[in-house]
Amino acid sequence: MKLRPDFPLLANNPGLHYLDSAATSQKPAAVLDAMRDFYETSNANPHRGAYSLSVRATECYLQARSDVARFLGAADTDALIFTRGTTEALNLVAGSWGRANVRAGDEIVVTAMDHHANFVPWQQLALEKGATLRICELTDEGRLDLGCMRGLVSSRTKVVAFNHVSNALGTINPVTDIVRLVRDQSDAITVCDGAQSAPHFPVRFDELGVDFYAFSGHKMLGPMALGALIGKRELLEKMPPYQSGGDMIEFVHDDRSTWNVLPHKFEAGTPNAAGAVGLAAAVKYLGRIGMDRVLAHERSLMAVAQARLSAIEGVRIYGPPVGERSGVLSFTLEDVHPHDLATILDGEGVCIRAGHHCTQPLMRRLGVAATARASFYVYNDEDDVDALLEGVLKARDIFGYVPS
Amino acid sequence: MSRPETSADIAALYQEMILDHYRRPRNKGKLENPDATAEMRNPLCGDEIDLQVNFSGDAVGELRFSGKGCSISLASASMMTQVVEGKTAAEVDAIRRRFRELMLGDLTAANDVRLGALRALSGVSRFPARVKCALLAWNALESVLAGRNG
Repeated sequence: MKLRPDFPLLANNPGLHYLDSAATSQKPAAVLDAMRDFYETSNANPHRGAYSLSVRATECYLQARSDVARFLGAADTDALIFTRGTTEALNLVAGSWGRANVRAGDEIVVTAMDHHANFVPWQQLALEKGATLRICELTDEGRLDLGCMRGLVSSRTKVVAFNHVSNALGTINPVTDIVRLVRDQSDAITVCDGAQSAPHFPVRFDELGVDFYAFSGHKMLGPMALGALIGKRELLEKMPPYQSGGDMIEFVHDDRSTWNVLPHKFEAGTPNAAGAVGLAAAVKYLGRIGMDRVLAHERSLMAVAQARLSAIEGVRIYGPPVGERSGVLSFTLEDVHPHDLATILDGEGVCIRAGHHCTQPLMRRLGVAATARASFYVYNDEDDVDALLEGVLKARDIFGYVPS
Repeated sequence: MSRPETSADIAALYQEMILDHYRRPRNKGKLENPDATAEMRNPLCGDEIDLQVNFSGDAVGELRFSGKGCSISLASASMMTQVVEGKTAAEVDAIRRRFRELMLGDLTAANDVRLGALRALSGVSRFPARVKCALLAWNALESVLAGRNG
């Protein structure tokens, strides 16, 4: 794939090697153009005006919802709630379904590989309600330990939250197996953090079987501050609103209010219509490539990078084999702190992430304070892998090899 | 897009002296009965420094630090303990302010002999994302001294 020219930031910076797409992706001109076009031709407040420009804005917003829902295999378009991103979507479930349904003595299961966004809201809910948070541990290879999960889920379990793909290790979790296990052993709802799956391979919400699936547009070529929650209608309809205000109401009496239908009940205030239009353009772009090809491309680059990195003495790579991961390569080099590695790589024009990746519980279990993480996407190529390798070798030169 | 870091900047950042303090930190460990302690965390990267200090009169006596972090944060901690030992609170405060100026790009501070080995960290100012690493131990020291005054 030779897609770099489609991305203005990359095209304008030939020496830049962007390997931090798990944090946020670059944006193709098609997305930027779609958003500009919305503001230049269709901008008005959706759902409000009786005039034709507002109708046009509303249509753009509705069309975007339907395009994104179709891309993620959700037949019930109105069960896709636009949010600021994965974090807000997960907080919506914890704050609305969780507050209404979790009680003292109940249990909530999360995993040791969850991002803080799918860990802290549940931890805080448990503290607030007097419920117990249980953590599903990992195998030595960085897979979810389903045996551990089987032992944790019981009739006391109200929520099982997990990620589809680990942002720190790249592990792809067996969602349908987890859902079956949870259904067999409990009446718990399943909440899947899809921030690292929606951008990287085909996802069909209706086939996954989870009750809620959250994702972020900015990690999949879309604009920042626009993501979504897809939920099962029967659950969403019973849930209280998450925020209140304009658009989400039906009638406001002096002493009480009633709520609008889905999806509006969960979308208080003026929606981010331009962002939704941008995300729709992003999924159209990804759809033209084909999500199977996206994954194959990332894996082929990652396989080369992993083979070459492993050949460097002192490099340690975390997580399961390449064939079981999406485009994330987490590693450390000797006693060189990942921050120092990232600074040296930055000097070579290579952008990687260094730190705990918002997964402190996972880092504790790996026994490291931080890792370096290179993540791959559609615009990366072998030049980026070459630059990564040169940078790591340079770091090794600067720090010198000290035999322990 | 500005990308100020060049190979020369990288070389200036990772001077031999910094790597030496990173690999062979001075005053690393714990005091038996410290007069004051402070823990500092950088939640963004997970770096942590635990600082322990004894006082002798108005002066800073023995110091020890422990923790984990990058070469910049640990070298800065190691050098700091050497430079401030035996100095009065007022002197330490002046050094701390001067070091901060150095980190914010005041290169006249790079010639200030009061900073001693810390001048080797002058390259950090070219890397805004790393200034916080260099200041972590100093924030711990500031907290120790503020606690003493308060």
